Amino acid sequence: MIHEKIHTENMFLHYGSKLALNDISIQIPEKKVTAFIGPSGCGKSTFLRSLNRMNDLIDGVKIEGKILIDEINIYDKNIDVVTLRKKVGMVFQKSNPFAKSIYENVAYGPRINGVNDRKQLDEIVETALKNAAIWEEVKDRMNDSAMGLSGGQQQRLCIARTLAVNPEIVLMDEPASALDPLSTSKIEELIVQLKEKYTIVIVTHNMQQAARISDLTAFFYLGELIEFDKTKKIFTNPEKKQTEDYITGRFG
Amino acid sequence: MAKKTKKAKRSELTDSGLIDITKRKFRWSDYLAEKIIRGTAFLSITIIILIFFFVFRESMPIFNTAKPEVKTETEKTSGNTQETYGEVTDPATAPGVKGADSTVSDQPELQEQYGDIKDNVIVSDSVKNAAYTVSAGSGHDDNQSALKSLLTKDWVPVSQNPRYGILSLIIGTFKITIISILFAAPLAIMAALYTASFAGKRLKEIIKPTIELLAGFPSVVIGFFALMVLATFLQNIFHYDTRLNSFVGGIAMGIAAIPIIFTITEDALTAVPRTFNEASLALGASKWQTAFFVILPAATPGIFAAVLLGIGRVFGETMIALMATGNAALMDLNPFTSVRTLAATIGAEMAEVVFGDTHYNVLFLIGSLLFIFTFILNAIAEFYVKGKLMKRIQGK
Repeated sequence: MIHEKIHTENMFLHYGSKLALNDISIQIPEKKVTAFIGPSGCGKSTFLRSLNRMNDLIDGVKIEGKILIDEINIYDKNIDVVTLRKKVGMVFQKSNPFAKSIYENVAYGPRINGVNDRKQLDEIVETALKNAAIWEEVKDRMNDSAMGLSGGQQQRLCIARTLAVNPEIVLMDEPASALDPLSTSKIEELIVQLKEKYTIVIVTHNMQQAARISDLTAFFYLGELIEFDKTKKIFTNPEKKQTEDYITGRFG
Repeated sequence: MAKKTKKAKRSELTDSGLIDITKRKFRWSDYLAEKIIRGTAFLSITIIILIFFFVFRESMPIFNTAKPEVKTETEKTSGNTQETYGEVTDPATAPGVKGADSTVSDQPELQEQYGDIKDNVIVSDSVKNAAYTVSAGSGHDDNQSALKSLLTKDWVPVSQNPRYGILSLIIGTFKITIISILFAAPLAIMAALYTASFAGKRLKEIIKPTIELLAGFPSVVIGFFALMVLATFLQNIFHYDTRLNSFVGGIAMGIAAIPIIFTITEDALTAVPRTFNEASLALGASKWQTAFFVILPAATPGIFAAVLLGIGRVFGETMIALMATGNAALMDLNPFTSVRTLAATIGAEMAEVVFGDTHYNVLFLIGSLLFIFTFILNAIAEFYVKGKLMKRIQGK
């Protein structure tokens, strides 16, 4: 029996008066890679962002229904959003390192959590960079600005930065969409490695990517969750016609 | 041969009805627009250079000291006490000046002293006129002693033995600049940070225009406010002796500088990519941590520029300095003594100097100094921001 890490029940999301997510119920298991696929504007990114309440930053977003992480509703009144985001980390589509050195980028998360001991910080930074498979490339230039790294390196640095906080869930919003094939394959390898320690939810436009790296796949269309199953099943023998059409490239 | 093929090609193109891109057209409107814009740009640069040239030229004569072996007039008149402007070194007269600054003095004695000073002024005015008629013939000697006294601390331009020690004015200007920036910069930056990162949309729409409105506030009104209200208020709190001093002036000028620093800082903070904000929040940082450790550092170049502009404003501020600083050319580091700034000196004295006189030249020298300081300030900003900060932030 696989433990359910994330669990939503009848979740609706409105942007102002527009319904963006319609009745989403899903159970995402622990320590697996779950991929969300679907055409642009289908609500998969919106759904991802509501899992660590990043949608709170956007005006006019209203959420109904339940989103449970470890069986706790994260939209309850007494939830500490700051701690929630430590537990549920996020990697964005566009790599967004801070205008600081490589070291400071990774050390930022632990620092704001009260780690000030230099030795301890060094250790955390090194581990995070190693876990993100970028240590070898940056170990000699830790004090250089992160803005000088290539796009792929920046994205892996962002992953390292997220890992340094030691989250339980890592949400990834099209982490490789702006990268070349080589960097993409590095990130994909990384994701497969990371699932040993973390629950990973990834949004992707690239269906081959979803097929390669994910254990489970959810297909979203027009704000609805059409189908959610094992990746193998979705890509070989989907239940719904819409899913099959999308995967075979007939629309979307 | 090449020509031939080109021509052949062209006719070929036109024959076949394709669009010919080989012939360059002359576009009148583009040409005119470009020339006008360039002309305007050059005109404004030329005007600035000309102004600087004029100011500097007018200050040149005091460096013109052809005969160095002139007897030192300073020795002859060292006992002179006809000092009119500024100089309130004698503690006994200090309260008198304070009384003159419009507070109601309940001590009749002080009033009397004030009257005495007034008499002095009148007397020395006539002396001054006499001095001018005398000095008209001996320009070189005058310049010689003026140049010699330039780096002393005595600013006594109107006396039998005029001394033009601008050192006290420079120190005074820097003192007041430091005080006002120490007051204005933190306030303005914090206000901008609040407006950019925390204030709700509606609140922001109120705060920003309101503070920006203050930027267009006539400085004479701020000076008036400082003179009448702020000076008394601050004196009641800090209990210093001189009512009008560099502290009061610095605060008043800070009020004038706040809107400038605020506006530019706010713009710089708003220009920080939203992704920084999101990334930091997604790492479990609170709003305050994000604002202080991510947004603020990322906007450093802009904030630096904002503070420098604020300094520039304070540096050249004349009216507030005239009204609120006490205008005594004292040289010390005590924030609660009166000062006389470079700009205020020009403002106060330019109207009453004799055209072409040494005093006149020195005032223009002060103008040049102000120019040069501002120029250096801008140069520092430019090089520092473009060179060091950008390098650090963009990693080039």
